[in-house]
Amino acid sequence: MEQPHIDVAYIARLAKLDLTADETERFSADLNQVLAYVAQLEQWDTSDVPPMYHPLPVFDAVREDIPGASLSNEAAIANAPSAEEGQFRVPKVVESAH
Amino acid sequence: MLNGSITYWRQQLTSGAITPTELVEELSRSMEEHNPAINAYISWDKEAALAAAASADLSLPLGGIPIAVKDNICINGAPTRCASRILNNFRAPYDATAVCRLRAAGAIPFGRANMDEFAMGSFGKNSAYGTTDNPAAPGHAPGGSSSGSAAAVAGGMAIAALGSDTGGSIRQPASHCGIVGLKPTYGRISRYGLVAFASSLDQIGPLTQNVEDAALLLNILSGHDEKDSTSSVVATEDFTAGLGKSIKGMRIGLPKEYLSDGNDPAVTAALNSAVQKLTEQGAEIIEISLPHAEAVVAAYYIIACAEASSNLSRFDGIRYGHRAEGTNGLDELYSRSRAEGFGPEVKRRIILGTYVLSSGFYDAYYAKAQKVRALVAQDFAGAFEKVDIILGPVAPTPAPALEGTDMTPLQIYLADIYTIPANLAGLPGISVPCPQPAGARPVGVQLLGRHFAETDLLRVASALEQAQA
Repeated sequence: MEQPHIDVAYIARLAKLDLTADETERFSADLNQVLAYVAQLEQWDTSDVPPMYHPLPVFDAVREDIPGASLSNEAAIANAPSAEEGQFRVPKVVESAH
Repeated sequence: MLNGSITYWRQQLTSGAITPTELVEELSRSMEEHNPAINAYISWDKEAALAAAASADLSLPLGGIPIAVKDNICINGAPTRCASRILNNFRAPYDATAVCRLRAAGAIPFGRANMDEFAMGSFGKNSAYGTTDNPAAPGHAPGGSSSGSAAAVAGGMAIAALGSDTGGSIRQPASHCGIVGLKPTYGRISRYGLVAFASSLDQIGPLTQNVEDAALLLNILSGHDEKDSTSSVVATEDFTAGLGKSIKGMRIGLPKEYLSDGNDPAVTAALNSAVQKLTEQGAEIIEISLPHAEAVVAAYYIIACAEASSNLSRFDGIRYGHRAEGTNGLDELYSRSRAEGFGPEVKRRIILGTYVLSSGFYDAYYAKAQKVRALVAQDFAGAFEKVDIILGPVAPTPAPALEGTDMTPLQIYLADIYTIPANLAGLPGISVPCPQPAGARPVGVQLLGRHFAETDLLRVASALEQAQA
């Protein structure tokens, strides 16, 4: 692998994080150092190794579908930064075409 | 300072020497005296604790015992902020299963323990509500991320505490504060109501004054929960059953990769002392090898950050948490709410996690790390064919000073090298304090067991604790 280089400004847009110029510069330096370190994983031969996504074998875990108590509408929106008539209030989603 | 274990205070309560209300009052007094200097708790509700104490059922196993709860474990109606600005006004609308189980056993949730924001950090410095000091080594880090849980127990402000451990966040602060910290097998305790950091690695566990208390709490906390599909259906047992039993003939593995020259002399001395004590108790010490030991930090930070970037996408300023003012459009609302709400280490890890999952890099980083994780797990499976328990350090050094310790993120991550493997492989691990010379910072050693073999793990931990007493 080539010397890794992370484009922090681009990744921040994917992650929906509005970074300052100072943060972008600092994270670039920090994370390029981390990526250079993790490049060592290449040395391990994993051609016949299945990826391990979970620490223990998990089988389909399902429970009986029995209706029970759930959060009230009031409790569900109690933490909303903005709510109206029992619903989450959000800014306009469809923006006008430019 | 309020001293005394769960067992001690249960005797005091059941004998009538103290009432649950008086115990909560005493604990509150100790907290009010010491917390301003230590900052172990970032919120508490004395009235709620007193109300619970007034109706405490002393016939239950933990009847009347107050327990501190890390700020990322939901308590119904209480602030559950993960020590983050983004959850500044959040109150949990339900109890985590672990908290339900504590209540059902008669325990009283007491205070929200400080932590590194979203459990990301090793020193307790990444909290939006201030750094926690180490009561056992003032001016030094209490460890992290369960910084407040460990400091509360070590500082006489909690009898015991709940923490969470994703890469060492129970065991490492326990070591730095001179107490016991247990990370159970992945799946042993329900994660329902634990705010997710890295779902395939996170596990709730107790931080306690001794090994017996850890076993007592595990008895209450463990068991399948239909609200967490990853909680195990493996039967629970009486985890105190092995306490005080001989460890004669037990085989204890010492990984040669863990005997690094880079370890602090105090860490090496603690390990040597533990080897001697366990040998004197009749255990057989066997040198083993974990060939992929040096790969764990790289694999862990890819996997943990990838999972975190996904889990933390829920903090978007819509349904709960901080919302930025005066934004133009939905996209800007997301980006600015998250920018204003998250601290620097959380942002750094979200960026790294998003990067390793992004198109073109997924196979090179994320898929590769999950394959190396399988190799790490195979190392342990092989080792546990030869030995019953594995002994090692918890951290390469004792607690660093809070001021003047300038480390890069990579240097901080590398200090997790001995605790990460248990999370990658899902194994149970415990940190047991080792006696230190007067004035020295605390140092613990770590014991690791097979999946679901906590009874054996606690048996050896208690033998070591007794031999050191």
